[in-house]
Parts: sequence; C-alpha cells; structure tokens
Amino acid sequence: MYLFKYVLKRIGLMLMTFFIITTICFVLVKMLPSLPAEQFGKDMALIMQRRELLGYNLPIMQQYARFWKYALVGNFGISEVLYIGQDVWKVFVQKLPYTVAVNVYSILLSIPLGIGLGIFAALKKNTWIDHFISTSVMVVVSVPSFIYAFLVQYILYFKLGWASATMNTSMGAFSWIGFKSMIPAVLSMSFGTIAGFARYTRAELIEVLTSEFMLLARTKGLTKAQATIRHAMRNAMVPIFPMILGEFISIMSGSLIIEQMFSIPGVGKLYVSSIQASPPDYNFFMLLSSFYTLIGLAAGIVIDISYSIIDPRIRMGAK
Amino acid sequence: MNEKDYQNIPAEKFRLANRTDRHDQKFDTKAVGYFGDAWNRFKKNKSSVVAACVILILVLYSIIGPYCCNASYKAAYATDNVIMRYQYLLPKVKALDGTGIWDGTQVLSVSENRYFRLLGQQEETGNRVIVDVIEKYTQDDIFRGKQTFYKVRVDSYGSCNAFEVTLTDSQYRDLQNWQDENNVQVILPRTNVEIIGGDKNVWYTCDRKGNPVFDSQGKFIASYATTGEDGYTSRMRLASDPYNKGDRENAYRYAQRTGTAGTGYNYVVRVNAYNYFQYRYGFEPSFLFGTDTHGYDIFSRLASGARFSFLLAILVSVVNLSIGAVYGAIEGYYGGAVDMVMERISDILSGIPFMVVTVLFNLHLSGKVGTIPALIYAFILTGWIGMASRVRMQFYRFKNQEYVLAARTLGANDWSIMFKHIFPNSLGTIITGSVLVIPGVIFEETSLTYLGIINLDSPVMSSVGSMLANGQSIMTAYPHIMLFPALFIALLEISFNLFGNGLRDAFNPSLRGTED
Repeated sequence: MYLFKYVLKRIGLMLMTFFIITTICFVLVKMLPSLPAEQFGKDMALIMQRRELLGYNLPIMQQYARFWKYALVGNFGISEVLYIGQDVWKVFVQKLPYTVAVNVYSILLSIPLGIGLGIFAALKKNTWIDHFISTSVMVVVSVPSFIYAFLVQYILYFKLGWASATMNTSMGAFSWIGFKSMIPAVLSMSFGTIAGFARYTRAELIEVLTSEFMLLARTKGLTKAQATIRHAMRNAMVPIFPMILGEFISIMSGSLIIEQMFSIPGVGKLYVSSIQASPPDYNFFMLLSSFYTLIGLAAGIVIDISYSIIDPRIRMGAK
Repeated sequence: MNEKDYQNIPAEKFRLANRTDRHDQKFDTKAVGYFGDAWNRFKKNKSSVVAACVILILVLYSIIGPYCCNASYKAAYATDNVIMRYQYLLPKVKALDGTGIWDGTQVLSVSENRYFRLLGQQEETGNRVIVDVIEKYTQDDIFRGKQTFYKVRVDSYGSCNAFEVTLTDSQYRDLQNWQDENNVQVILPRTNVEIIGGDKNVWYTCDRKGNPVFDSQGKFIASYATTGEDGYTSRMRLASDPYNKGDRENAYRYAQRTGTAGTGYNYVVRVNAYNYFQYRYGFEPSFLFGTDTHGYDIFSRLASGARFSFLLAILVSVVNLSIGAVYGAIEGYYGGAVDMVMERISDILSGIPFMVVTVLFNLHLSGKVGTIPALIYAFILTGWIGMASRVRMQFYRFKNQEYVLAARTLGANDWSIMFKHIFPNSLGTIITGSVLVIPGVIFEETSLTYLGIINLDSPVMSSVGSMLANGQSIMTAYPHIMLFPALFIALLEISFNLFGNGLRDAFNPSLRGTED
C-alpha cells in the first residue's frame, strides 16, 4: 500500500515536471526565427499558406494548446523541413529500431562482462589481478566514448579491415548484415559501460564481503563459493540491479555521438539535425524532446521504485 | 557573622591546588588540522599525485602553447590563403630527423606515376622527398592489368607540392632579392606541361597519362618554357638552364608577366613550396604536432583550444559552486516546504535534456551575446544542481548536531550558522565536487563542438572538439590530426578523475588513519 501510494505520487510529480519541461521547450523553440530562407525553387507563398493552415501564425499559447490536443491522440504533425510532408511519428518509429538495436547489443555485451570483471576483481582483492582490473577500469571509464570510436574505427576498419566503417542499413536494424556492420559502434559504446559496471560491482561486493553476515555464513559451514553466490552477490545486487534497469530504459535514447560517427540512422541523429535545420523542424523537435524528457524521468522513477522492490528495507521518500 | 570582603581578595592569597601532580602532558606532536590531514592522505595516494602533475603539465601547456607558434605564421591564418598549401604536414621533431619516428616522414604505397612525380620533384627542387624506397611490387588490377607500386618513405615537408602564386612587381623583386641573399632557389621555371588536376610539379615531358618519357640515359627530359617576358634578374638559376651556358635566347622563363606597364605588372610565379615557406614566414617548416586540413599548426591550436576548455570549465565550476552552495544550503537548512518547492524547481531544470538547453541557448542568445557566453549560460542553467544536492545532503547531516544547537543557543543567526558553522564542514565535499565538475564540462564542451552544435572554429581560436571533427574524415590517411586532440582529452579526463578521486578520499574523514 505504501509503495502504491509512493508510485502514484512519483508519477503525478513526473507528469507535472514533464508538462512544465515540454512547455518551456515549446515556447523557446517557437521564439526562434522561423522563416525559411528564400531560395530558388521555393514557393514562399505556398510555404506561408501551409504555415497559416498549420496554425504557425497563431499566438504561441494557442499553438501549444493545439499541440497537446493533437499529440494526445498520437498526432505529432508533419515534418516541415527534414522529411517534408511526412508524419513525424512514422519517421520516428522507423528510426527507433536502429537506436534500440545498437543499444541492446551493447548492453548484452557489456553488462555480463562488466559485472563479471567486477566480481572477479573483488574476489581477488589486493592482488595484481585486482590492481590491473581496477586501474584499467579507471582509465577506460574516464576516456570519452568517441575516443574509443576513433580507435575502433581506425584499428578494425583501416588497419585490419575486419569491419565496415559505417553502418550498412540496407537490410534493416535487426538483420545479420546490420549486426555485422554495427559491431564497431557496439564495441565503442560498450567500453565505458563495461568499466562502469565493473567498478561499481567491485566496490559493492568488497563492501558486502567484509560485512559480518559473511563471516557468519562461513562459520555455519558454507564454502566460500556458496557464501559468495547466496549471500554476498544478492546483497551486492541491490544497488546494481537498478543500474541495469536504468541502462535498459535509456536504450532508446542512444548516443548522439556514436550515431553520428557510424552513420547509424537513429533518433539521436534525427534530433540533432532537427534542431540544426533552418528553420528548425518544430514537430520533430517537440516529439523528440518530449521523448527524451519522458525517458529520463521514467528512468528515475523506475530506479527508485526498484530499490524498494529488491530490498524491502529501503523505503524511498520516507521521512 | 564573620563579614569578609570577598570582592577584593589579593592575588597572593590564592594558591594552586595539587601543584605537584598535574596529569596533563604536553603534546609531543603537533596537532594536525583538517586540511593538513587531507594533504597527508592525498600525498600517500601515488596515482593522484601523478595525476595532479599531469594536470599541471596540461595547464602549463595550455598557457604557454598558444604562443609557441611563429607569430608571422599565426598572423597569416586569417588573411593568407597560401597557408592552405601547407596542410597535412606530419609531426616533426628536428632532433629525431632520420630516425623514421616523429620526423615528418611516412610510409606510403604509391603508384608508379606518383612515384615518378615524387622523384621528379626531388630532382627539380633538391628537397628531400623520398627518404627511402622500401620495396617495389606489382599487383594485378582487373581493368588495367599488372600495375607497379612502390612502398616508399616520403618526407611530408619535402613533398609539399610546388604551386603558383601571383605577385605584384615589388613582391616579385623582394622574393628575388631574398633568393640572392640566401642562396636558395625559390622560384622555379614555368613549365610547358599541362596536367589535369593542375599539379605544378610536373616539369618533365610525359605522355597523356602523366607517365614520364625518359631519354636514352633514363633521365627526365625537362620541358620548361623558353619564351615570354619574365623580368627575372636573380642570379639563382637551375643547373640545367641554358642561360648558364650563355644562351639567353633559350633561357628558362621564371614567371609569366601579366598586366600592362601602366597599371603595374603582376607575375605568376611557380614556387618551391618548402623554400617559399621560409621566405614567407621566416623559419624552416617544422611542426611538432603537424598541421591540420587548413594548414594551421596543431600544437598551438590545440593549446588554445585547451586553454578555452580550461577557462570555461573553471568558470562554470566556480559559478556553479557558488549558486549550488547557496541554494543547497538554504534547501538543507530550512527543509520542509522550502526544501520541497526548491527541489521541484531543480527537478524540472535537471529534467530538460542538456542538448536542448544548449541548442536553444545557442540559437537564442548567440546572436545577442556571442556563442561563448551562450554556452556558459547553458552550462550554468543546469550545472549547479549536482552541487546543490551535494550541499543539501551535507546540511541535512550537520544541522541537527549539538554544536549547531550550541551556536544557536549562543545567539547565532541563521545565516552565520549556515555559512560559519555548517558550511566549512562540507567544504571537502564541495571542493571534490567542483574538481570533478571540470572534466565533465570539458567533455560536454568537446562533444558539442565535435558534433558541430556549437561552432567555435575560427582562424583565431579553436576547440578540441572541432579539431577532432576536422581530422575525422581523413583519419585513415593523416591520423595525427586526430591523434593529438584525442590524446589530450583522454589524458585530461583520466588525470582529472584520478585527481578527483584522490581528493575525495583525502577529504573523507572516515578514512582517517586507515591506511597506516
């Protein structure tokens, strides 16, 4: 009952925050200079007429009401600049699989590896293996992902010729060809995540391993392996599991830089180009801003709630 | 009643009780203060000390580096299009000349045609172009049959292509005088050869494909222009010039004169790139980190990008620290409804994706206040939230402790309790936090400039991100353009994180004495 109330409260607050943020975004983006540059082959009269019909000449607040009126029934309008005349929602849905694919592969690779390395390092605490893993994790975690992208591209594509430099999108996101050409992108995204999970797991596990109930477990006759798996791992997973969840939720948001570098036609790239277009593609911008905001907020809530579910002793938001 | 005067007891009537057995001993050691203790712990962490040294070196580099470029070369960035001719020069350290590492040379596989061009260039200019022929091999080509290739080590400085410049009369004279003074052949004779693509290096007779035609001894056959007015008075001439044998009629022509005597002549001159550089900028070309696609010196440009990054990060960190500290202090100290409302405000601000904030600030403000202030505002708008929540936590921890109660009982007001009594206790967290903000800001700034969302690239300044983007498309041929900025940012992030972690441990009182 307590949890239910808490969830309701959080969702309510989230919706309020979400609404305020989208309002701010909408107002700010509408305040930008919006006229397309005049150029040969563009019928300005037609453009103005279309804008009149789309309501772009109304006061901003009226436009905003209009935006929600249509958005609530799933109509986010048509693209004005990037994909002229196409439904932005449909374009968005087409792009989403690419972003999701790269992230899913990256997570499937990095979480087991990261947690595995972390456990290994924690069990070998203060040996050279642990020092080696911790040092390399420290280094890897600090270096920005685009540096890995350069390295991977240079070594795998140019020096060794094993992988393609950019993504092959001819067969769709979840095809074998798509997967093969995605490997460099997946690798460069994974390094940081692997290191992050390894570091966190090691820290958590070391703390749990030195606690008194582990001594008790050993005293009552469990082997080291049994004690580690049944008692230490479970407790160490309490903060790690929400991290995994958060990682899965942010699958969809992707990485702008990685998508740009490997020419993955995902939502990140769409987002950047929607703002950089002149005039900005309002409908893409609003759809994607709302999308990113919602994902960020939802991830926060899910992480907080999962704490209470995994470990009932934790009561988030309690006094 | 024995009325005694207790008010004025003379001092000599007092006497110390238990004079002989006082238990207090004087401390043999000096007391260690908060910062002294942190410093002691920081010193023990070797990796943090090394990281701090690396940071110091990087900071020094960013301060001194921008001035390490030759002033006349730097001044030419904005005005001079000749600079473009010196693009893609490889990193070179003069001391390592001839070792094959970091000496401005690179191993290339070149086609026969290109090989002969390089050879011809070497013969004509006397520069060192081909350092070493490693091997000659043939490869089958489906369309063209057997093709010969050469694997050669090429000096990128010597192999700068010759090019044409248009000079006014006085500039032309000046160049000739310089030639005579320094005994260097800068001006090359005009050629009769027209090659598709405008390669001004081909001075020998060649077939339609550009392959040289050799004479009976296997030498290039020179094909220089011998007609036309060139106004050439310098004594520097090629060795093969008929002029040297007294044949003025068939002497090589060193320039093409255009214009009329009335308006002043202009001369189109073919120059040896390497020597022309010396004439033009007054030093022998040698760039520690090489040059980029525009011909800009990477060493000084990276340093100026680094300087910008550091300044931005420090400024943002200081401003965020001040805002965050005050905001967090108020939140944490008053708690309750104040806390609730203020938390919602920071919640909303932190919910806006950073990319949106930057782009909107950039589009709205960069026209009014400039790109850099717009960027700073964007960083400040949401950047203080992390600091505020950290300070808030600290305030929740300390505000109910006894010493705060004591201070309040003694009549301290809220403000002085907050900033005189509680705040110093959270100073360690705050210092660590603001140090860890710096690599974050630099990373964000690099990403934004790399993606081109913020464009700070101009002849006078640069940013690490735009330098990375600049080198990306030619990464395979000239990795050095990307290597140095990438190395810089990687080194910076690693050392700042190590340094920050060291600080965190040093300021963590619970670790006091655990290492001994």
